[in-house]
Amino acid sequence: MSDMANQAAHDDGHGSAKSYLIGFVLSIILTAIPFWAVMTHQLSKPATVVLVVVMAVVQIIVHLKYFLHLDFTPHGKENAIAFIFSAVIIGLVVGLSIWIIYSANALMMYM
Amino acid sequence: MSTLSHTMDAGAHDEHHHDTGKVTLFGFWLYLMTDCLLFASVFATYAVLYMNTAGGVSGHDIFELDYVAVETAALLLSSITYGFAMLAAHKKNVSGTLGWLVITFIFGAVFIGMEINEFHHLIAQGNGPDRSAFLSAFFALVGMHGLHVTAGLIWMAIMMLEVIKRGLGNRTLTRLGCLSMFWHFLDVIWICVFTVVYLMGVI
Repeated sequence: MSDMANQAAHDDGHGSAKSYLIGFVLSIILTAIPFWAVMTHQLSKPATVVLVVVMAVVQIIVHLKYFLHLDFTPHGKENAIAFIFSAVIIGLVVGLSIWIIYSANALMMYM
Repeated sequence: MSTLSHTMDAGAHDEHHHDTGKVTLFGFWLYLMTDCLLFASVFATYAVLYMNTAGGVSGHDIFELDYVAVETAALLLSSITYGFAMLAAHKKNVSGTLGWLVITFIFGAVFIGMEINEFHHLIAQGNGPDRSAFLSAFFALVGMHGLHVTAGLIWMAIMMLEVIKRGLGNRTLTRLGCLSMFWHFLDVIWICVFTVVYLMGVI
Protein backbone atom coordinates (compact mmCIF):
# COMPACT_ATOMS: atom_id res chain seq x y z
CA MET A 1 0.00 0.00 0.00
CA SER A 2 2.83 2.39 0.76
CA ASP A 3 4.10 1.54 -2.69
CA MET A 4 0.95 3.06 -4.14
CA ALA A 5 1.81 6.34 -2.47
CA ASN A 6 5.33 6.04 -3.88
CA GLN A 7 4.01 5.54 -7.33
CA ALA A 8 1.70 8.52 -7.04
CA ALA A 9 4.60 10.64 -5.90
CA HIS A 10 6.54 9.34 -8.87
CA ASP A 11 4.69 11.66 -11.17
CA ASP A 12 6.07 10.59 -14.56
CA GLY A 13 4.47 7.17 -14.20
CA HIS A 14 7.21 4.84 -15.37
CA GLY A 15 7.82 3.05 -12.10
CA SER A 16 11.04 2.24 -10.31
CA ALA A 17 13.33 -0.77 -10.17
CA LYS A 18 11.74 -1.62 -6.83
CA SER A 19 8.19 -1.62 -8.20
CA TYR A 20 9.25 -3.73 -11.20
CA LEU A 21 10.94 -6.23 -8.86
CA ILE A 22 7.88 -6.39 -6.59
CA GLY A 23 5.69 -7.00 -9.63
CA PHE A 24 8.05 -9.65 -10.94
CA VAL A 25 8.28 -11.59 -7.66
CA LEU A 26 4.51 -11.44 -7.22
CA SER A 27 3.89 -12.67 -10.78
CA ILE A 28 6.36 -15.55 -10.35
CA ILE A 29 4.54 -16.63 -7.18
CA LEU A 30 1.12 -16.18 -8.81
CA THR A 31 2.26 -18.28 -11.79
CA ALA A 32 3.94 -20.99 -9.74
CA ILE A 33 0.91 -21.64 -7.49
CA PRO A 34 -1.58 -22.57 -10.25
CA PHE A 35 1.01 -24.62 -12.18
CA TRP A 36 1.89 -26.46 -8.97
CA ALA A 37 -1.78 -27.07 -8.15
CA VAL A 38 -2.57 -28.46 -11.61
CA MET A 39 0.61 -30.53 -11.98
CA THR A 40 0.58 -32.17 -8.53
CA HIS A 41 -3.22 -32.71 -8.20
CA GLN A 42 -3.11 -31.64 -4.55
CA LEU A 43 -6.64 -30.27 -4.60
CA SER A 44 -10.00 -31.47 -5.85
CA LYS A 45 -10.98 -30.49 -9.39
CA PRO A 46 -13.40 -27.67 -8.56
CA ALA A 47 -11.02 -26.25 -5.98
CA THR A 48 -8.19 -26.27 -8.54
CA VAL A 49 -10.35 -24.44 -11.09
CA VAL A 50 -11.26 -21.76 -8.56
CA LEU A 51 -7.65 -21.40 -7.45
CA VAL A 52 -6.36 -21.14 -11.03
CA VAL A 53 -8.93 -18.48 -11.98
CA VAL A 54 -8.37 -16.43 -8.82
CA MET A 55 -4.58 -16.52 -9.30
CA ALA A 56 -4.96 -15.40 -12.94
CA VAL A 57 -7.19 -12.46 -11.98
CA VAL A 58 -4.81 -11.38 -9.21
CA GLN A 59 -1.83 -11.72 -11.54
CA ILE A 60 -3.52 -9.60 -14.20
CA ILE A 61 -4.10 -6.90 -11.59
CA VAL A 62 -0.44 -7.15 -10.50
CA HIS A 63 0.71 -6.74 -14.10
CA LEU A 64 -1.61 -3.79 -14.71
CA LYS A 65 -0.37 -2.07 -11.58
CA TYR A 66 3.37 -2.79 -11.57
CA PHE A 67 4.20 -3.18 -15.28
CA LEU A 68 1.56 -1.10 -17.07
CA HIS A 69 1.34 1.45 -14.23
CA LEU A 70 -2.42 1.66 -14.38
CA ASP A 71 -3.83 3.75 -11.55
CA PHE A 72 -6.41 6.37 -10.70
CA THR A 73 -4.07 9.29 -10.18
CA PRO A 74 -4.94 12.25 -12.42
CA HIS A 75 -1.96 11.20 -14.55
CA GLY A 76 -3.17 7.71 -15.39
CA LYS A 77 -6.91 8.11 -15.05
CA GLU A 78 -7.82 8.07 -18.76
CA ASN A 79 -5.95 4.82 -19.28
CA ALA A 80 -7.63 3.19 -16.31
CA ILE A 81 -11.09 4.31 -17.45
CA ALA A 82 -10.43 3.06 -20.99
CA PHE A 83 -9.34 -0.25 -19.50
CA ILE A 84 -12.43 -0.61 -17.32
CA PHE A 85 -14.65 0.18 -20.30
CA SER A 86 -12.88 -2.53 -22.33
CA ALA A 87 -13.15 -4.96 -19.43
CA VAL A 88 -16.93 -4.43 -19.36
CA ILE A 89 -17.19 -5.04 -23.11
CA ILE A 90 -14.99 -8.13 -22.80
CA GLY A 91 -17.17 -9.41 -19.97
CA LEU A 92 -20.21 -8.99 -22.22
CA VAL A 93 -18.63 -10.52 -25.33
CA VAL A 94 -17.04 -13.52 -23.62
CA GLY A 95 -19.59 -14.09 -20.87
CA LEU A 96 -22.69 -13.80 -23.02
CA SER A 97 -21.22 -15.80 -25.93
CA ILE A 98 -20.39 -18.67 -23.64
CA TRP A 99 -23.77 -18.45 -21.93
CA ILE A 100 -25.70 -18.46 -25.22
CA ILE A 101 -23.71 -21.22 -26.87
CA TYR A 102 -23.75 -23.50 -23.83
CA SER A 103 -27.50 -23.03 -23.46
CA ALA A 104 -27.91 -23.79 -27.15
CA ASN A 105 -25.76 -26.89 -26.73
CA ALA A 106 -27.89 -28.02 -23.81
CA LEU A 107 -31.08 -27.57 -25.85
CA MET A 108 -29.64 -29.50 -28.78
CA MET A 109 -28.80 -32.58 -26.69
CA TYR A 110 -31.25 -35.03 -28.16
CA MET A 111 -29.33 -38.16 -27.27
CA MET B 1 2.39 5.28 -39.69
CA SER B 2 0.17 7.99 -38.27
CA THR B 3 2.01 7.66 -34.95
CA LEU B 4 5.22 8.31 -36.81
CA SER B 5 4.04 11.48 -38.53
CA HIS B 6 2.38 12.56 -35.31
CA THR B 7 5.60 12.38 -33.34
CA MET B 8 7.47 13.96 -36.25
CA ASP B 9 5.11 16.91 -35.94
CA ALA B 10 5.78 17.07 -32.26
CA GLY B 11 9.44 17.70 -32.95
CA ALA B 12 8.50 20.94 -34.70
CA HIS B 13 6.72 22.32 -31.63
CA ASP B 14 9.08 21.58 -28.83
CA GLU B 15 7.12 23.37 -26.13
CA HIS B 16 4.13 21.05 -26.64
CA HIS B 17 6.30 18.04 -26.95
CA HIS B 18 5.74 16.38 -23.62
CA ASP B 19 1.97 16.62 -24.02
CA THR B 20 2.05 15.19 -27.53
CA GLY B 21 4.10 12.24 -26.29
CA LYS B 22 1.44 11.65 -23.66
CA VAL B 23 -1.31 11.79 -26.27
CA THR B 24 0.58 9.28 -28.42
CA LEU B 25 0.91 6.94 -25.45
CA PHE B 26 -2.79 7.29 -24.68
CA GLY B 27 -3.69 6.67 -28.32
CA PHE B 28 -1.55 3.56 -28.32
CA TRP B 29 -3.24 2.41 -25.11
CA LEU B 30 -6.62 2.78 -26.84
CA TYR B 31 -5.31 0.64 -29.71
CA LEU B 32 -4.27 -2.00 -27.16
CA MET B 33 -7.77 -1.96 -25.71
CA THR B 34 -9.22 -2.72 -29.14
CA ASP B 35 -6.63 -5.47 -29.53
CA CYS B 36 -7.84 -6.76 -26.19
CA LEU B 37 -11.37 -7.02 -27.62
CA LEU B 38 -9.99 -8.96 -30.58
CA PHE B 39 -8.31 -11.41 -28.20
CA ALA B 40 -11.49 -11.60 -26.12
CA SER B 41 -13.53 -12.73 -29.10
CA VAL B 42 -10.95 -15.39 -29.97
CA PHE B 43 -10.98 -16.53 -26.33
CA ALA B 44 -14.77 -16.76 -26.53
CA THR B 45 -14.42 -18.83 -29.71
CA TYR B 46 -11.97 -21.14 -27.98
CA ALA B 47 -14.23 -21.51 -24.94
CA VAL B 48 -17.12 -22.44 -27.21
CA LEU B 49 -15.16 -24.89 -29.37
CA TYR B 50 -12.67 -26.56 -27.06
CA MET B 51 -14.82 -29.62 -26.38
CA ASN B 52 -15.36 -30.35 -30.09
CA THR B 53 -12.39 -32.63 -30.64
CA ALA B 54 -14.01 -34.65 -33.48
CA GLY B 55 -12.73 -37.88 -31.97
CA GLY B 56 -9.17 -36.54 -31.95
CA VAL B 57 -6.92 -35.40 -29.13
CA SER B 58 -8.07 -33.07 -26.36
CA GLY B 59 -5.99 -30.59 -24.41
CA HIS B 60 -5.40 -33.24 -21.80
CA ASP B 61 -3.52 -35.40 -24.32
CA ILE B 62 -1.29 -32.81 -25.96
CA PHE B 63 -0.44 -30.10 -23.40
CA GLU B 64 2.87 -30.46 -21.56
CA LEU B 65 2.72 -28.18 -18.58
CA ASP B 66 6.45 -28.21 -17.75
CA TYR B 67 7.13 -27.00 -21.28
CA VAL B 68 4.51 -24.25 -20.93
CA ALA B 69 5.97 -23.29 -17.54
CA VAL B 70 9.37 -22.65 -19.19
CA GLU B 71 7.71 -20.57 -21.95
CA THR B 72 5.87 -18.59 -19.29
CA ALA B 73 9.09 -18.02 -17.35
CA ALA B 74 10.79 -16.69 -20.51
CA LEU B 75 7.96 -14.24 -21.11
CA LEU B 76 7.79 -13.09 -17.48
CA LEU B 77 11.56 -12.54 -17.42
CA SER B 78 11.33 -10.55 -20.66
CA SER B 79 8.73 -8.34 -19.00
CA ILE B 80 10.95 -7.31 -16.13
CA THR B 81 14.02 -6.89 -18.36
CA TYR B 82 11.98 -4.56 -20.60
CA GLY B 83 11.06 -2.65 -17.45
CA PHE B 84 14.76 -2.24 -16.70
CA ALA B 85 15.35 -1.08 -20.29
CA MET B 86 12.71 1.64 -19.76
CA LEU B 87 14.29 2.71 -16.47
CA ALA B 88 17.70 2.95 -18.17
CA ALA B 89 16.12 4.86 -21.07
CA HIS B 90 14.58 7.44 -18.74
CA LYS B 91 18.04 7.89 -17.19
CA LYS B 92 19.37 8.50 -20.74
CA ASN B 93 21.68 5.51 -20.34
CA VAL B 94 22.11 4.33 -23.95
CA SER B 95 24.28 1.26 -23.34
CA GLY B 96 22.09 0.15 -20.43
CA THR B 97 18.94 0.50 -22.53
CA LEU B 98 20.48 -1.46 -25.41
CA GLY B 99 21.78 -4.18 -23.09
CA TRP B 100 18.37 -4.73 -21.48
CA LEU B 101 16.64 -4.61 -24.87
CA VAL B 102 18.97 -7.31 -26.18
CA ILE B 103 18.24 -9.50 -23.13
CA THR B 104 14.49 -8.88 -23.55
CA PHE B 105 14.76 -9.76 -27.23
CA ILE B 106 16.52 -13.04 -26.39
CA PHE B 107 13.84 -14.07 -23.88
CA GLY B 108 11.13 -13.14 -26.39
CA ALA B 109 12.90 -15.15 -29.10
CA VAL B 110 13.18 -18.15 -26.75
CA PHE B 111 9.43 -17.94 -26.15
CA ILE B 112 8.63 -17.79 -29.87
CA GLY B 113 11.13 -20.54 -30.68
CA MET B 114 9.50 -22.83 -28.11
CA GLU B 115 6.04 -22.03 -29.43
CA ILE B 116 7.02 -22.76 -33.03
CA ASN B 117 8.58 -26.02 -31.85
CA GLU B 118 5.33 -26.94 -30.05
CA PHE B 119 3.25 -26.15 -33.15
CA HIS B 120 5.66 -28.10 -35.34
CA HIS B 121 5.38 -31.17 -33.10
CA LEU B 122 1.58 -31.01 -33.07
CA ILE B 123 1.33 -30.68 -36.84
CA ALA B 124 3.93 -33.43 -37.40
CA GLN B 125 1.81 -35.75 -35.24
CA GLY B 126 -1.25 -35.04 -37.35
CA ASN B 127 -2.77 -32.68 -34.79
CA GLY B 128 -2.71 -29.59 -36.97
CA PRO B 129 -5.38 -26.87 -37.07
CA ASP B 130 -7.34 -28.87 -39.66
CA ARG B 131 -7.84 -31.86 -37.33
CA SER B 132 -10.73 -30.56 -35.20
CA ALA B 133 -12.57 -27.43 -34.11
CA PHE B 134 -10.67 -27.59 -30.82
CA LEU B 135 -7.30 -27.54 -32.60
CA SER B 136 -8.42 -24.78 -35.02
CA ALA B 137 -9.38 -22.61 -32.06
CA PHE B 138 -6.19 -23.54 -30.21
CA PHE B 139 -3.92 -22.62 -33.13
CA ALA B 140 -5.88 -19.42 -33.80
CA LEU B 141 -5.67 -18.21 -30.21
CA VAL B 142 -2.12 -19.22 -29.32
CA GLY B 143 -0.90 -18.39 -32.83
CA MET B 144 -2.42 -14.91 -32.68
CA HIS B 145 -0.57 -14.24 -29.43
CA GLY B 146 2.60 -15.63 -31.02
CA LEU B 147 2.22 -13.33 -34.03
CA HIS B 148 1.85 -10.37 -31.69
CA VAL B 149 5.04 -11.36 -29.86
CA THR B 150 6.82 -11.74 -33.21
CA ALA B 151 5.66 -8.26 -34.24
CA GLY B 152 6.92 -7.01 -30.87
CA LEU B 153 10.33 -8.58 -31.53
CA ILE B 154 10.59 -6.92 -34.96
CA TRP B 155 9.59 -3.60 -33.42
CA MET B 156 12.15 -4.12 -30.66
CA ALA B 157 14.93 -4.76 -33.19
CA ILE B 158 13.97 -1.52 -34.97
CA MET B 159 13.97 0.37 -31.66
CA MET B 160 17.48 -0.91 -30.91
CA LEU B 161 18.68 0.50 -34.23
CA GLU B 162 16.91 3.79 -33.48
CA VAL B 163 18.53 4.03 -30.04
CA ILE B 164 21.95 3.34 -31.59
CA LYS B 165 21.44 5.92 -34.35
CA ARG B 166 19.58 8.69 -32.55
CA GLY B 167 20.17 8.15 -28.85
CA LEU B 168 17.37 8.66 -26.34
CA GLY B 169 15.47 11.77 -27.36
CA ASN B 170 11.86 12.41 -26.41
CA ARG B 171 10.49 10.87 -29.59
CA THR B 172 12.48 7.69 -29.08
CA LEU B 173 11.34 7.55 -25.45
CA THR B 174 7.70 7.85 -26.54
CA ARG B 175 8.15 4.98 -28.98
CA LEU B 176 9.92 2.87 -26.36
CA GLY B 177 7.00 3.68 -24.06
CA CYS B 178 4.50 2.39 -26.63
CA LEU B 179 6.50 -0.80 -27.11
CA SER B 180 6.66 -1.16 -23.33
CA MET B 181 2.87 -1.10 -23.10
CA PHE B 182 2.61 -3.53 -26.02
CA TRP B 183 5.07 -5.95 -24.46
CA HIS B 184 3.51 -5.92 -20.97
CA PHE B 185 0.05 -6.17 -22.54
CA LEU B 186 1.11 -9.37 -24.35
CA ASP B 187 2.20 -10.73 -21.00
CA VAL B 188 -1.27 -10.10 -19.61
CA ILE B 189 -2.77 -11.92 -22.61
CA TRP B 190 -0.37 -14.82 -22.01
CA ILE B 191 -1.62 -15.11 -18.40
CA CYS B 192 -5.11 -15.63 -19.85
CA VAL B 193 -3.75 -18.11 -22.42
CA PHE B 194 -1.92 -20.34 -19.99
CA THR B 195 -4.81 -20.21 -17.55
CA VAL B 196 -7.68 -20.79 -19.96
CA VAL B 197 -5.98 -23.02 -22.54
CA TYR B 198 -3.21 -24.96 -20.82
CA LEU B 199 -4.11 -25.15 -17.12
CA MET B 200 -7.88 -25.49 -17.60
CA GLY B 201 -7.22 -27.92 -20.44
CA VAL B 202 -5.30 -30.28 -18.20
CA ILE B 203 -7.36 -30.06 -14.99
